[in-house]
Amino acid sequence: MARLIATTPCAGLLPLAIGSVTVTEVDAGPVTLIAPYDGAQKATSDALKAAVGVGFPAPNRTLGQTQGKRPRIVWCGMGQAVLMGADCPDLPQAAVVDQSDAWAIVRIDGADAAAVLARLTPIDLRDSQFKRGHTARTLVAHMTVSVTRVGAQTYEVMAMRSMAGTLVHDLEQAAKNVAARAALA
Amino acid sequence: MRLPCPICGERDRREFYYQGDAVALDRPARDAGGAAWDDYLHNRDNPAGETRDLWHHAAGCGAWIVVTRDTVTHAVSGAKLVGAKR
Amino acid sequence: MRVIKPTGTPLTFTFDGVQYRGVEGDTLASALLANGVKLVGRSFKYHRPRGIVTAGSEEPNALVTIGTGPSQEPNVRATTVQLFNGLEARSQNAWPSLKRDAMAVNDLAAPFLSAGFYYKTFMWPKAFWEKLYEPIIRRAAGLGALSGEANSDTYEKAFAHCDVLVIGAGPAGLMAALTAGRAGADVIVADEDAVMGGRLLAETFDVDGQAGADWAADAVAELAAMPNVRLMPRTTVTGAYDQGTFGALEEVSRHVPRSDAPRECFWRITAKRSILCAGALERPIAFPNNDRPGIMMASAVRAYLNRWGVAPGKAVTIFANNDDAHRTAVDLMDAGVKVAGVIDSRADVAALGDYPLYTSGAVIGTKGRHALDSITITHAGGTRELRTDCLAMSGGWNPTVHLTCHMNGRPQWDDAIQSFVPVEGAIPGMVVAGAANGQMSTAACLQSGAQAACAVATELGLSPVADVPSAEDDPYRIEPLWQVDGKGRKWIDFQNDVHVKDIKLSAQENFRSVEHMKRYTTQGMATDQGKSSNVVALAVLADATGRGIPETGTTTFRPPYVPVSIAAMGAGSQGHGFAPKRLTTSHHASVARGAPMIEAGLWYRPSYFPHPGEATWLESCNREVGYVRNAVGVCDVSTLGKIDIQGPDAAAFLDFVYCNTFSTLKENRVRYGLMLREDGHVMDDGTTARLGADHYVMTTTTAAAGQVMTHLDWVSQALRPDLDVRFASVTEQWAQFAVAGPQARELLNSVLDDAVDGDAWPFMSCGPVSIGGVKGRLFRISFSGEHAYELAVPSRYGASLFRLLTAQAEALGGGAYGMEALNVLRIEKGFITHAEIHGRVTAFDIGFDRMVSQKKDCVGNAASRRPGLLEAERPQLVGLKAVDPKDKITAGAHLFVEGADPVSANDQGYVSSVCWSPTLGSHIGLGFVADGPNRMGEHIVAVDHVRGVRTLVEVCHPVQFDPEGERTRG
Repeated sequence: MARLIATTPCAGLLPLAIGSVTVTEVDAGPVTLIAPYDGAQKATSDALKAAVGVGFPAPNRTLGQTQGKRPRIVWCGMGQAVLMGADCPDLPQAAVVDQSDAWAIVRIDGADAAAVLARLTPIDLRDSQFKRGHTARTLVAHMTVSVTRVGAQTYEVMAMRSMAGTLVHDLEQAAKNVAARAALA
Repeated sequence: MRLPCPICGERDRREFYYQGDAVALDRPARDAGGAAWDDYLHNRDNPAGETRDLWHHAAGCGAWIVVTRDTVTHAVSGAKLVGAKR
Repeated sequence: MRVIKPTGTPLTFTFDGVQYRGVEGDTLASALLANGVKLVGRSFKYHRPRGIVTAGSEEPNALVTIGTGPSQEPNVRATTVQLFNGLEARSQNAWPSLKRDAMAVNDLAAPFLSAGFYYKTFMWPKAFWEKLYEPIIRRAAGLGALSGEANSDTYEKAFAHCDVLVIGAGPAGLMAALTAGRAGADVIVADEDAVMGGRLLAETFDVDGQAGADWAADAVAELAAMPNVRLMPRTTVTGAYDQGTFGALEEVSRHVPRSDAPRECFWRITAKRSILCAGALERPIAFPNNDRPGIMMASAVRAYLNRWGVAPGKAVTIFANNDDAHRTAVDLMDAGVKVAGVIDSRADVAALGDYPLYTSGAVIGTKGRHALDSITITHAGGTRELRTDCLAMSGGWNPTVHLTCHMNGRPQWDDAIQSFVPVEGAIPGMVVAGAANGQMSTAACLQSGAQAACAVATELGLSPVADVPSAEDDPYRIEPLWQVDGKGRKWIDFQNDVHVKDIKLSAQENFRSVEHMKRYTTQGMATDQGKSSNVVALAVLADATGRGIPETGTTTFRPPYVPVSIAAMGAGSQGHGFAPKRLTTSHHASVARGAPMIEAGLWYRPSYFPHPGEATWLESCNREVGYVRNAVGVCDVSTLGKIDIQGPDAAAFLDFVYCNTFSTLKENRVRYGLMLREDGHVMDDGTTARLGADHYVMTTTTAAAGQVMTHLDWVSQALRPDLDVRFASVTEQWAQFAVAGPQARELLNSVLDDAVDGDAWPFMSCGPVSIGGVKGRLFRISFSGEHAYELAVPSRYGASLFRLLTAQAEALGGGAYGMEALNVLRIEKGFITHAEIHGRVTAFDIGFDRMVSQKKDCVGNAASRRPGLLEAERPQLVGLKAVDPKDKITAGAHLFVEGADPVSANDQGYVSSVCWSPTLGSHIGLGFVADGPNRMGEHIVAVDHVRGVRTLVEVCHPVQFDPEGERTRG
């Protein structure tokens, strides 16, 4: 019988440690896009909560644990969220799409993590505006991505799998610039 | 330039794709006739002042929105989802 | 000459190869002046010797080139370059040397080089302009040059957000920042200088009983300690844009010898409110020969003296129309520098100290070849000559209103300070404070800075407290003086060499509008954008045209406030940063096989897979076509857009976005679909599979995947919100491979867990399969005309599956094929791509008119019925075959009836796709010919005027190979 071997999106590209910042690949486990049908957001949320313990998130928010492979759900667009770290229950009232292989997910961690992202994304990353559990669909350089704050100085970026190389390149360049600035002072 | 996405809040214009006049929302019936379709497809005003135009939050939540803004002052006075029209 | 012993670390630097000493904290300009270097450049047009005029970013004269090699940077203002050990600077626009500049002969020809000279002189012959005149002029009149090598420095772009952006950190800016910061606002303070403090660093004023510079240092320390305040020194806010967005240029590492850090960073700062505290710029007076090295702004003389301990001369004279003249004299005398005389244009003024005062005075002439030697003055008591090596001039102060005008605002004239001041509300959310708003005393600056911050902080819901320190509050007394009569040119725009006579000539030749005068004379069009000279110029124009200054008006202030390098604006977008690279899961395997990768949108796809011994791409391509026609080929087709569509109304939605019908498609079946734009033209095509009752997966072309997704969003949200449907891109989720050729099924059955057969898997069927336990999807579709499948697995297995499939294909006498072979295969079969559906063709044009179902509405249905889109004479899709099979056809060639003149009036259509068909042994193509379907068999000429190719071709059916489609279904 044929045997297929799995490769992760950032294989051979990560991890990186530059200055105060590390960039690592995240294995989020199963990733499922959930889009409730008309009028079914609450029913979807209830069903999710019953099955995996997290409901359907409000726009620009996440629910659930941010560490490890525990269930969490990340809003990712109008009427859509991705469930990560848990198998998706049967949800007849929602469109359910397996995206476990669609995303390159990287974690940017460190004192200068926000400074690195500020080189690449136009969103307001200030502590008062973008707190732990907040998420945004936005740009990183020229890429459409999802950015989530998962800790005091930790962010996750989800980009298209095919763009993993560019994502790492852009983060690496930004991190080098930030580190070189720090060395000036 | 920044636009107020009804879902995501105020965002940098580079997240948005510009489409054109919100007239595109008023799609004529299939049998409305040549003149109605000509107007719908091709004829646009070019106002100095308030305009309503369509933007797609392409690098954001994916919402199509109608933005009301002033072509003279560039002031943006509001935005709503296109779906809210119906 | 350094008159106050410096405390900074000694540094060495070179200027034009000569080594000098400076100290830490110096600018290149202060260090040059400390070393007695007065001649620093040659002017743009007349190559007149010029020296340092100002101490800030408004400097018109002292442009130098710094660095060498790839990082050489021309046209840098010496007044803004922070000195570091080993700095190399060179003068510009002089040959062979600054002192003996050959082109200085231009100055002797000055009577012939007046404003408008080029327009009048080089009109004809027309061809001479580009080949002769322009190169000569460019060589003679110029600035510094780039190295010609690729820039090796890094640049950066970044975004910042705040509640309050304070622009400028002089007394007003620091006070505004302190007030807003203490109130808890999130503040960014941006200042162009390396050290914050503005004029407090350059004057001898006290604030709260302490030296102004010390107060500024304390304020900066307090701000730096606030977590809600971000200080951005060396950062010039260059533009004010819509909705509180600002551009700002930060010099990150120009002030250090060598660093990996970016040289500059271009910031986009978003601020809820802004406080403009940009200060004011002193303006010159247009008196005869006022451009000699040694003549500078009075404010600059005080700055060099008070901040850097440098006296720009040994015997200084001062010429002014306001009280600054006397403060300059007092500061110089306090430092022990001789003041040879103060020439005040006003009649009723008294000296503040023991210096010669000439009231009702004016400078009417200057002397000195490479630097100032003496001046001739008139005054209440007559005319006399004064020996002086430095003349400090002040024509008054212009508030720095630039940013307030970036959104179409116009400043207004204020008679009391003889200058333009900003109008309120010119930039939404911006308040102007300090000298930028016409507040000319230190106390007024501090007060207005605090007030502005209180106003914006209150608007932001905070409770600010104004705690304003005491400071000098002297009145600002000025009487207008713009120009002085006398023999010699009276310079206004030093950088572009514009003088009073040029402006008068402009008025005389009826270029009376200030905007016309600007373009006629080039006044204010140099790199300094006339920062110090524009107001003088329009005062002269007002005088020449008999109008008042307010009536004459200003030219338009546009961003950027200071020059911004293209490198900074394009930072991060060179090389890999130019655009994202989308790589398929088989990318590395393809590259390892030596495949040249070609771009398809953002994707990279293999062109062909060369084998040893193959000399050209065509040999490889022909072999790969043979794989598919004779054995089996494998091709990565993951780049095609894949959109998962689900919902109770999914079928109805597809019926609305496709011109043909999908609600009738059975489950586990695939159908070809054609999507129109609302104007009736073809948007895209592809196959859509029905995976379940309410579940489809649509494929788009690689090129149009993004456009189709946007379109589906549009249709769903705007046109058919009544339909309950959801969709999501799954392009990235699935790695998909075409397996095509007579042995396709054999190959598949060697890898699938459960074999497929013809009965269960007829042409256009689809369904789930598994490969080594991995769940995949199989589609029996063909873009080659062969018995073919597309096999999809989750992307993590893509690389592995590609290796497996190609190995199996090779075992069966086939192998991987690339884009070139794919293209040949589809042209042989008449399958269209965006070479055919290029945006100007309709379903009718490609012979698919009957697909536009008239039983239902769909996007583009109504417009596709327009009479003009359904006429026989429209160019329609045909196949083309070279009459002599060896004759090459070229894409883009136009088609003409044999014997007709190949001009556009006789155009019958065009060629859209071409290839050498190894299967048919002929050059073939696809194209569009007027009334094409009725011209089968006709010989027609393809003429390619660009490449000079002319080919006799036969019009034929688009499907040239296996027209019955037996191979596909077999």
